Amino acid sequence: MSTKTDKIDRLAELTAAAETSAGAGLWVEAWRRLRASKMAVIGAVVIGVFVVVAIVGPWVAPYDPTAQLWRGEVFPNQNVFVGPRGENWLGLDHLGRDEFSRMLVGARQTLLVGVVATLLGFTVGALIGGVSGAALVLGGKVGQRIDTVVMRVIDIMLALPSLLLAVSVAAVLGQSLTTVMIAVGVVQIPVFARLLRGAMLAQGGADYVLAAQALGVRKRRIALGHVLPNSLSPVIVQGTLSLATAIIEAAALSYLGLGNPDAAVPEWGVMLAQAQRFFDSAPMLAVYPALGIIITALGFTLLGEAMREALDPKLRS
Amino acid sequence: MALLSVDELTVTFTGRGRRDVKAVSGVSFDVDQGQVVGLVGESGCGKSVTSLALMGLLPRRGVTVGGRAEFDGTDLLTLSPGRMRDLRGSQLAMIFQDPLSSLNPVVPIGVQVTEILARHRGLKGEAARKEAAALLDRVGIPDPTRRLKEYPHQLSGGMRQRALIAMAVACAPRLLIADEPTTALDVTIQAQILELLKELVDQQGTALLMITHDLGVVAGLCDQVNVLYAGRVVESAERRELFAAPTHPYAHGLLGSIPRLDAPRGEPLKPIRGSINDTIAWTDGCAFAPRCDRYTLECLQGTPALGEPRTPGHQVRCVNPVFSRGVDELRETALESDAVETAGTAAAADKEAGA
Amino acid sequence: MSLLELNGVKVHFPVKKGVLFDRTVGHVYAVDGVSLSVEAGQTYGLVGESGCGKTTLGRAILRLVDITDGEVVFDGTDLAKLPGEEMRRFRRRLQMVFQDPLGSLNPRQNIESILSEGMAAHGIGADQEERRERIREILARVGLPANALSRYPHEFSGGQRQRIGIARALVLEPDVIICDEPVSALDVSIQAQVINLLEELQEAMGLTYVVIAHDLAVVRHISDVVGVMYLGSLVEEAPSDTLYAEPRHPYTRALMSAVPVPDPEVEDNRERILLTGDLPSPANPPAGCRFHTRCPWKQDTLCATDRPELRDLGGGHRVACHWAEKIADGTIRPSANAATVVPPPAAEREEKETAAAS
Repeated sequence: MSTKTDKIDRLAELTAAAETSAGAGLWVEAWRRLRASKMAVIGAVVIGVFVVVAIVGPWVAPYDPTAQLWRGEVFPNQNVFVGPRGENWLGLDHLGRDEFSRMLVGARQTLLVGVVATLLGFTVGALIGGVSGAALVLGGKVGQRIDTVVMRVIDIMLALPSLLLAVSVAAVLGQSLTTVMIAVGVVQIPVFARLLRGAMLAQGGADYVLAAQALGVRKRRIALGHVLPNSLSPVIVQGTLSLATAIIEAAALSYLGLGNPDAAVPEWGVMLAQAQRFFDSAPMLAVYPALGIIITALGFTLLGEAMREALDPKLRS
Repeated sequence: MALLSVDELTVTFTGRGRRDVKAVSGVSFDVDQGQVVGLVGESGCGKSVTSLALMGLLPRRGVTVGGRAEFDGTDLLTLSPGRMRDLRGSQLAMIFQDPLSSLNPVVPIGVQVTEILARHRGLKGEAARKEAAALLDRVGIPDPTRRLKEYPHQLSGGMRQRALIAMAVACAPRLLIADEPTTALDVTIQAQILELLKELVDQQGTALLMITHDLGVVAGLCDQVNVLYAGRVVESAERRELFAAPTHPYAHGLLGSIPRLDAPRGEPLKPIRGSINDTIAWTDGCAFAPRCDRYTLECLQGTPALGEPRTPGHQVRCVNPVFSRGVDELRETALESDAVETAGTAAAADKEAGA
Repeated sequence: MSLLELNGVKVHFPVKKGVLFDRTVGHVYAVDGVSLSVEAGQTYGLVGESGCGKTTLGRAILRLVDITDGEVVFDGTDLAKLPGEEMRRFRRRLQMVFQDPLGSLNPRQNIESILSEGMAAHGIGADQEERRERIREILARVGLPANALSRYPHEFSGGQRQRIGIARALVLEPDVIICDEPVSALDVSIQAQVINLLEELQEAMGLTYVVIAHDLAVVRHISDVVGVMYLGSLVEEAPSDTLYAEPRHPYTRALMSAVPVPDPEVEDNRERILLTGDLPSPANPPAGCRFHTRCPWKQDTLCATDRPELRDLGGGHRVACHWAEKIADGTIRPSANAATVVPPPAAEREEKETAAAS
């Protein structure tokens, strides 16, 4: 009957507006929310610029960052420095090298330390946390015992001040860039381990885990197929935020003189450490690398916070 | 004049980068002194948002409130935050669904009660403590002086809700708004709390605005009932009238779809089809149309007006109201009274004949 | 023989304390000796308030919690003593529907994956294509569109999610489905849809249900036999209609009188039994009859000392009360201080109205 189809058409027209895109999983939706977030875009742009500089820096740097091309113009002992000028955009450092070139080339070292250290902490930490969490979820007395032992070790690591831990690692391994990376990475391990284990423990009590159990799904599949994927979000967020802390901590270690012994190779932390001696007369030499570190860390923090919001299931509309 | 008179209240949530959500799209109702008025509806019907708007508890950012809500002559919606605070607790009070999260977990019950007494009634020290104990006693909390020293987590759910009620009625408010006050409680505890609310209304003449999804609670407690759907009142009637003759298809369907403890078994329930998501904007027509069995094209010509198709005072927002149940019953009672009458006249005729 | 028989089932959770090494300092007696039987094709309703142990009992049947003592005999096999892998395989025949439809679905799985997981675990269907065929059939049966397969739980409404939960149980072709509060998380108008669906499915597929709920009206509507639980044990069990017409246990009477009925005529004309006090802690249950601390009909003898067993009153009506007969015939009256028996409010209201009119 025509009136009947009429009625249905008219209703369909009015309700159609409410239709949403179908079949989008949680990751897809999170990605969509992330793209809509201003914070994430700003963070991503900052990180993007930083990464590009780190990659192409050595080629686009106008001068050799290690060559003391203007040695005759700078006399730190007499407080004579050269500020920004036409040929040297950011002026000269205390040994007469081009500060701008040093900043560009130093980005690579800084990024490398941050990424490698975080990857190390993330991988080892998640592995330990994952094993511990899975052991708990799989249940049984053995599982609980494994978890107890692992977590006590992690607790002891957490109890040590992170910088002290890093310094001790550096002291054992000697002074090098690798030392800095390992030291900063080791400090992150307990953080990731605790986080993943905690998330898995919380997810292990969720109704859908009980449902899977009632369904007759095997325990190993429950732990790896259900609990683990649902516990990853906070760890991923932490990973992004950790990049910021890793960069700052690497800078701190370099600043304390535990970094690359070859002081000629530019690295932001080392540059900051060297510039502090002349802070009274040439404060800008400290400000440039400090700004570089701060802005980069801020970029990662912004992206991390935006990811936290995008991945939070409670904020889903 | 009514104590509280809500007229075309609208609440719109405007999120950044999101579509505006109209949570309440034109709600009107009155509450008289000493009256219990029910706002009934399912999740998403706007009943809780309405109560928060009346109490001035909606966030200031991202929310647009329209319409009027006159409480004793002053419009609650345009009141300054400071004056609203004075009014809250002294003249207006609210009880929430979850008693645990409505109480401060790190402060003893006693301090939370005396705080209110100090702020709104100027009671201090021993006097405040005495009054607090008396209040707890009145809401049926045994051993009140000991309870005053306890923290919320030491009380059971029912006791917490009693403590909240004690705080709400501490200053003898003229209007009490209860938002699902018994939903988190077990039925035997619910019965106790409902009894307590009834007593308070009877003894103090407090007006009570009862917000609930439970038609059973409404049937026992409310004088006047407003049924909400998608942010609008679709039916409003005196309690007996509403339950005897639900006229809006939604109210009618709702009553037909709940299993009753006293109904004969074996009869399948008559559910309303679809879900709350199957809806259209009130500006396009009746929001219930996509789920309605009586839907016609007339339903889509703008918001249906509130009418009184059955009895005066029984308002229904529908172009195709349901008459069946009520009409059948009316016819039955009419037939019965006819029968009595004919029987009576016949007897009288017999008598006459006999005489 | 009954399809499912519980004999003296106990579930005690240890309460642990300690810094490095946990030691047990007590027990929570969540389920403390429940015996009942469920006939094939019937619905057994378990009703009680929060903390009565009904959910734990439901999980104990599926061995989702450890059974401390007692037997769960399903189709001749005692599940309580089955080793892990055998129990896992038995789960195909005993399925569960959960209260929270969203929480019980993995948010990262699409519907196809959710529904095929159980089949994969039990080796049903040769390949994914065969499983998909079966899933489509079940989806149609529970009233979900076929295009639901590739969608995720958060894209559905509450009622639809519960249908997914039911479908997940159904694809395994179980004999028994344990429904733990199947409708309490849903809106009133949606509850009826799900209740009707459960009833239709039972009829069509010959299912046996154990329905666990706090809503007495829902349980009464759907069940053939209803068991009332209080503090870990069964206090009364009767055919659904009998229980409503002649509740014999004081707790059942109080519970029934507390359930609001959506009809002012009924509400105004019935007596209410208001219990005083709170539910005692299941970690420290009272001696004797568990209900004696709140019972309006409590007597000086027996109640506080002897724990009443379920007694058969005839017609499948079992009750665990020493004084059930005497309470029923009115020999024992409720005491005034233990509880309040509120007269029907109709009389009061009339008075008020006439006063107002004059």
